[in-house]
Formats: sequence, C-alpha cells, structure tokens
Amino acid sequence: MALLEFTDRGICCPQAGVYLDPWKPVPRALITHGHSDHAHAGHEQYLCTPITAPVIRHRLGLTNTAVQTTSYGETVSINGVQFSFHPAGHIPGSAQIRVEYHGEVWVFTGDYKRQQDGISEPFEQLTCHTLITESTFGLPIYRWIPQTEVFDDVNAWWARNKAEGKVSVIAGYTLGKAQRILKNIDVAQGNIFTHGAVDVMNQVLRDAGLSLPPTRRVTKEMRKSEFEGALVICPPSAVGSPWIRRFMPFSLGIASGWMALRGARRRRGADRGFVLSDHADWRELNDTVRQSGATKVYVTHGYSEIFAQWLTENGIEAAEVKTQYEGELGEIVESGAQENTTESEISTAAGEAQE
Amino acid sequence: MKQFAQLFTGLDQTTKTLAKIKALVSYFETASDTDKLWAIALLSHRRPRRTVNTTLLSVWASERSGLPAWLFGESHHIVGDLAETITLLLPAPTEVSDGSLAYWIGFIQQLEPLTIEEKKEKILWAWNRLAHTERFVFNKLITGGFRMGVSQQLMVKALARYTGTEESVLAHKLMGQWSPQQTTFNELLAANDGHDTSKPYPFYLAYALEDDITTLGEPAEWFAEHKWDGIRGQIIVRNGELFVWSRGEELVTDKYPEYESLRTLLPEGTVLDGEILPYKEGRPLPFNQLQTRIGRKTLSARILKDVPVAFIVYDILEWQHNDIREWSLTERRKTLESLCPPDHPVLRLSPLVDFKTWPELAAARSHARELFSEGVMLKRKSSVYRNGRRRGDWWKWKIDPYTVDAVMLYAMRGHGRRANLYTDYTFAVWDNGTLVPFTKAYSGLTDEEIRQVDRWVKQNTLERFGPVRSVKPELVFEIAFEGIARSSRHKSGIALRFPRMFRWRKDKPVQEANTLQDLMQLLEAKND
Repeated sequence: MALLEFTDRGICCPQAGVYLDPWKPVPRALITHGHSDHAHAGHEQYLCTPITAPVIRHRLGLTNTAVQTTSYGETVSINGVQFSFHPAGHIPGSAQIRVEYHGEVWVFTGDYKRQQDGISEPFEQLTCHTLITESTFGLPIYRWIPQTEVFDDVNAWWARNKAEGKVSVIAGYTLGKAQRILKNIDVAQGNIFTHGAVDVMNQVLRDAGLSLPPTRRVTKEMRKSEFEGALVICPPSAVGSPWIRRFMPFSLGIASGWMALRGARRRRGADRGFVLSDHADWRELNDTVRQSGATKVYVTHGYSEIFAQWLTENGIEAAEVKTQYEGELGEIVESGAQENTTESEISTAAGEAQE
Repeated sequence: MKQFAQLFTGLDQTTKTLAKIKALVSYFETASDTDKLWAIALLSHRRPRRTVNTTLLSVWASERSGLPAWLFGESHHIVGDLAETITLLLPAPTEVSDGSLAYWIGFIQQLEPLTIEEKKEKILWAWNRLAHTERFVFNKLITGGFRMGVSQQLMVKALARYTGTEESVLAHKLMGQWSPQQTTFNELLAANDGHDTSKPYPFYLAYALEDDITTLGEPAEWFAEHKWDGIRGQIIVRNGELFVWSRGEELVTDKYPEYESLRTLLPEGTVLDGEILPYKEGRPLPFNQLQTRIGRKTLSARILKDVPVAFIVYDILEWQHNDIREWSLTERRKTLESLCPPDHPVLRLSPLVDFKTWPELAAARSHARELFSEGVMLKRKSSVYRNGRRRGDWWKWKIDPYTVDAVMLYAMRGHGRRANLYTDYTFAVWDNGTLVPFTKAYSGLTDEEIRQVDRWVKQNTLERFGPVRSVKPELVFEIAFEGIARSSRHKSGIALRFPRMFRWRKDKPVQEANTLQDLMQLLEAKND
C-alpha cells in the first residue's frame, strides 16, 4: 500500500482514510486551495488553511462545521499519518500538502508558483521522497518575466488609455489574479471598479483579513461618465458579454500565463495580453523538483506527459498521472475563462454579473 | 530593427483598423527611407530570399537552449510557429544592437554563400544581440510567412496618408516587379513609372453576392458572364514584349507559352484582364488538370497537348498605352470586342450571358456546372475598373456547392492564431463497412465550434502521432466542395476542390454518413 494512491475520486491516503483535492464526494477531503477544480462540493469534512476556509464556504455553500482549518506548518495527525499545509505561493491561502508516515515523506504541491506576487504567502520549498507536482506550464517556452515589469506595462497601458479617453478593462481570474492585479497596480492612476464576481470575492478575502485597495463594484445605475479614465477588473467570462459593452470605448487587457503565446493572444481578441501567471514556469518546476530531493515524481495536470519524459531523461523517475485538475490544457485556454476555471466557475461569474 | 519591432508590436496589439493605420503612419514618419522601403516590401509579400534552411535553424536553436530535439519539437507543435518557438526558447541576449531593419535583412542576405558552420556562427551571433520582438522579427525574416495582421490594402492606405498621394495611384506603383535592393523609396514613389514595361494594374475583385439577386435593381443595368474556374491573370503587351501576371502578383509568362502568339496579335500598349483557363476542343477542362500542369517544373510537349490553356478575356485596362480604367465597362467591353478575333484558339472573349429578367439569369446559372463554370459574375455596365476587393459594382453569384456527410478520423493542430488548437481535420466516408479518408478541411466552423471540437478531440483521442491525433469516429460534418475529380495520389481515388466544413451534423449518426459510391456517382454524373 503506497502512502498516497491515485484513484478515480482523487489522491487518496488509504492509511489515514482521507483524500487530497478529490473530485468526487468523499468523507474527508484535504483541500490545497479554493479554485473550483481543486475544491469540489459534496464532501462531508473539509480541511484547509484559514484563508481558504471562507473562500470555499462561500463558493461551495458549506456550513461552518464542515470546514476545519489548519495553519501553515501545523501538524495534523490522522491515524498515525502526519499532514501539514505549507505555502504554495499560488493564491492567498493556497497550500502544498506534506504527508509523513513512518519516516516516509510525500508532498502534493497543488498549484504553485515561486515568484512572489505580493499577496500570496511565499512558496516554501519542501523536501520529500516522493513529489506530486503540477505542470500547467511544463514546457520550456514558458518563462515568466518579473512581475514588476508586467505591472509597469499594465500601468503604462492604463495611462495611455486614459489619455486616449478609453476605459481600461482587464480580465483576470476572480480568485487570485484579480486581487494580485489590485495589489500591484498603481492605484494613484485613477479609480478602480470591479465586476460583481470579483467584488464578492474581494469581500470574502477582506473579511478574512487580506488588505486590498478600495474598489467600487460596477452597478446598473452607474453612469458612463463615472468610468472615465478608470480601470475595471472583470473575470475572463465577462469578455465578449453584453456587460462589457457599457465601457465603450475601452481597451481590453487579459492577464494570464497563456498570453505568452502569440496565437493564444490573437485568438482572444484582446488589445493587450499581459503574461501574468499564478503557476510555476518551466524553470520553477525544474527547480522545485530538484530542490525537493525527491527520487520519484508524479506529474499531474498540464503538459504532464512531456514534463515527465523530460525528468526521466534527466535521471529522475517520473510518471504522468491522470487527474481531473483542469481537465485538458486546451479547455482552460479556450473555455472563455482561464487558469483553473471550470464551467461552474464561469456560470457563477456570469450569474453574479446579472445581479 | 527596434523601430520595426515596435511597429510590429503596435500592429499586433490591436485589432482595430484605425489604430493599425496610425501605427503604420507613425512608422513611416520616423523610419529611414531604406527601412520604409523594406517595410513596404514585407507588407506587400516581397520577402528576401531564404538563405538558411529551417531544419538547421531548429537544430541550432535547440542546441543553444540546451534542449533535446524532441522537446524542441514538442514546443514547436504547441507554439505552432517556428520563429516564435525559437524566440521563446533561446536564452536572453547578452548584447544589444542598433542595427536597422535594412541592416538585418542585408545580414541575412549575406549568409547565402557561406558554409553551414559559418552561417551557424552568424546566426548565433545575431540571436545574442536581439531582444525578444526583434529576435522574432529576425527569425520571421529568415523563415518567411511574415503576417503582421496588415493587408496590403491597409498598408497602402497608411502610405497614402503619409505621402499625400492617392491610394489607387500608390497601389499601382507598388505592383509588379521591384525589389528594395534595386530601387529607393523616392524612386518607387516617383511620378514617372513608365520605365517598367511589365507593371500590372491592381486587380478589381468581387465579393460574393449574399443578398437576394433582386436587390441589384434593374437587370438591364448589368452584364452577366460565367465565372470561370481558372486562374485570374493579366496580359500585358508593351514595347514588343509580353508579360503574364497572376493575381498573386507573380510573373508567370514562362508557364504559358501558348500566350506568346498574343504578343503580335494584340496592339502595342494593351493590358487585358481575364482568366487563365485549361481549354480544349472548344470547352474548358476541369481546374484540377490545370493544377497538375502548374505543378510541373518543365512543361513537356505532352502536357501542353493534354492541358492547353486559353485566355478568357473579360476586361481591358490599357488601350494604346492609355490607362482606361475610368471608362465605363460598356465602353471598355466595346473596345475589347474590337480586339478579339472570332474563334481564336487562345484569346477568347468571355461571352455575355443573355438575360432579360433575374429568373432567366437564375436559370442560366443553374446550368453553370455543365460548362465547368462556378456560377455567374455580375458587373454593372456603368462601372469603372477599381482596385482591390470592393462592394457595389461587381458581384460573384456562385452556384451552390456539392455536399456530403463525412466522419472525422484525424485532427491536427493548427498554426498561428489557431496554434495549440485542433483545427485541421481529416474526413472519411464509408466503403463496404470501413471508413476511407477522402479529404481534409480546415475552414467553415465558428470559433466557438472550433473550441468545442478541440475539446472533444482532446477527450476522444485514440492515438497520437506528433501533432496529429486519431479520434473516435463519432463526429459527422457536412463537407461542401466546388468540384470533384479523379486522383491517383489519393487513396480514395478522388480529389475535391475547396473542401470546407459546411455544417456540424450533430443530429447525424455515424452510420448515416455518405459512402464512397455516392462520391463516385457525383464524379460520373459530372463527366457525362
């Protein structure tokens, strides 16, 4: 019996009788972060970090008693197996899960990035015998530039739009990306408005103790003149919707790691693609694997087959595992939403938009 | 190069025409004359010769990036563009360069006589001093296929704004054979263009008629001709020389020796617009025979005998050295008729379709296929000859295409805007209980449908072969096409003309797709 096993419900620890980010209902689920492909509804008990808890309570409509929390670094012992959550740097509250039993250590990274984004708790490098890593951007073509450079571009774009009398509309995922933009943008440049879906998430995170610059929620009653020279943050699902037309004339920016490719950029019909990802790039993935000291690596969602082959050629035993995290890559790129977004997420965002 | 890279970025960052024109004008205002000239050349599809082969570029780039060839290959499949892949994979440059666009193009041209090792050294040297977009542009200059999201017409519009010259005049000046190495910006735009005897006029292109035919008004105001299924061409006779241009602005005089006789038949200073059409024993041949002929490197006596060409002429643009494009079509047509001897084997006047009412024309159109014509062309009698694709005076009214229901067997990743999406499909029909592939198709679906099919492909893959996946035979599409011919190069024994996806038949079970016999029947019916 392996310490962790890959089942059709999710990653299972048979010894402890718990699952990590399961996609089918289980009695006890350990959740790395609040994105909907990792945190599913229907489990009896949830364990996650204190920031993730209100997020999944809100998104999945959970009762307070269904969700237990554990702080970064704390150990939770379940039937002799020791579990601890460690910062993954992906979004606020996101965690890697370390699992130890009789001296054997496994780490499940969930989604992660090593570059500090100014809002998520910085990634912690763990060591282990076996590593389960994501590979969303597991190709050498993905190489992120420092986020300060990206935000210089975003600020300059906003300033130019303002000068040209256009509203700046930037699309980014509701949980994580939207707050990262908010936290790093030059707020002195003008007013910031948010789409209803983003506003709701901001409120949840503010209540959880996150400090974010002031924003205003876009409402029906607002007059066009109020948006002059402003920045509007919306979910990717709002792109191309009737909701967005009220900002005409506007320039549309999309913030996502997928924007690194010209084809993806042109397809989305955005005026600007900002390469801003909450996932590890090629170098970060390799650094993480190497520094973990793991002798066995399982690669989940992303370019898993390719990344596993690359690791194998470099002397690290690696295998691809099929999970339901993000389905296939193309789905995320093309679903109208982006990183970590599933159908339900889109409908949630759209639903909120209609309020 | 920085300036040009900036222009590239500016064009790439917007989908709006006005913003693109603005970016071009500001480039013209600031760039040197030589750089401007090259930019115009690149945007009118005049590419420098390829001096390094792309396989070598891939090898050097993967070496320089420290990646195994297979990983480079996978990356290339995902990115869908070699120049971009290389740009993304190379380590960041350690030097900078102030070289202009013209400098770097010259640099690439000078590689031609060098040995492979020398070329490699030069290329690595260049890669190490070009920043991201400059590097991409540099790679694109080598690999070709440079698309900047700007049509030639748009570039001309911007140039017109910058120079204050009229668009149509500029468009004409930019036609024909010129190269930035042999001319200057001022020479190219100089008033006197008489010294280039081969220079063609920009073609006037028609849009497809989508509205009801009666929206065109009075039938008496219109000429109708058959829409011949050949290659659009222009024949020029000036200074005792003959030039044949194809619509792609390619000089193809040598490909059609039949036309040599027109050099003496036509008076000096004549330019004709018409169709290069395979034509034998008083009637056109199917287009695919012409395609076979074009494919040949040398024209054998045999092929000239089997697939002779005629020139079906329908317009005259220059008459006695005068540009007569401003004359009405009625006047031009009259002049043209006076030029064409009856029953000439090569020069054939495109006959007018006789009709008094729209229903009469519709009836004539329904017989088009029997004449190997694709439908009818409608031209307003009073129309002048304009340049580029325009609405209003000329329309093509095509016959409905053939269609069959076919099953998707393979899907391949697309390129450019469609990179990393499965957009190119292979289709099959039934033949005695097995599915036989018979055509590929790339176009016809909406972006949303492409997304759906892409997702379906990824979830229903049977096997992978590099960028190609075989999929469960479950999706049925209605494939439309303009023509069908026998082909020994295809396993199914047939080749289609202009196949595209007409409809996604979500309602059709796979068993009800068409059969190879159905296609054979179409083929036979057509040859009767």
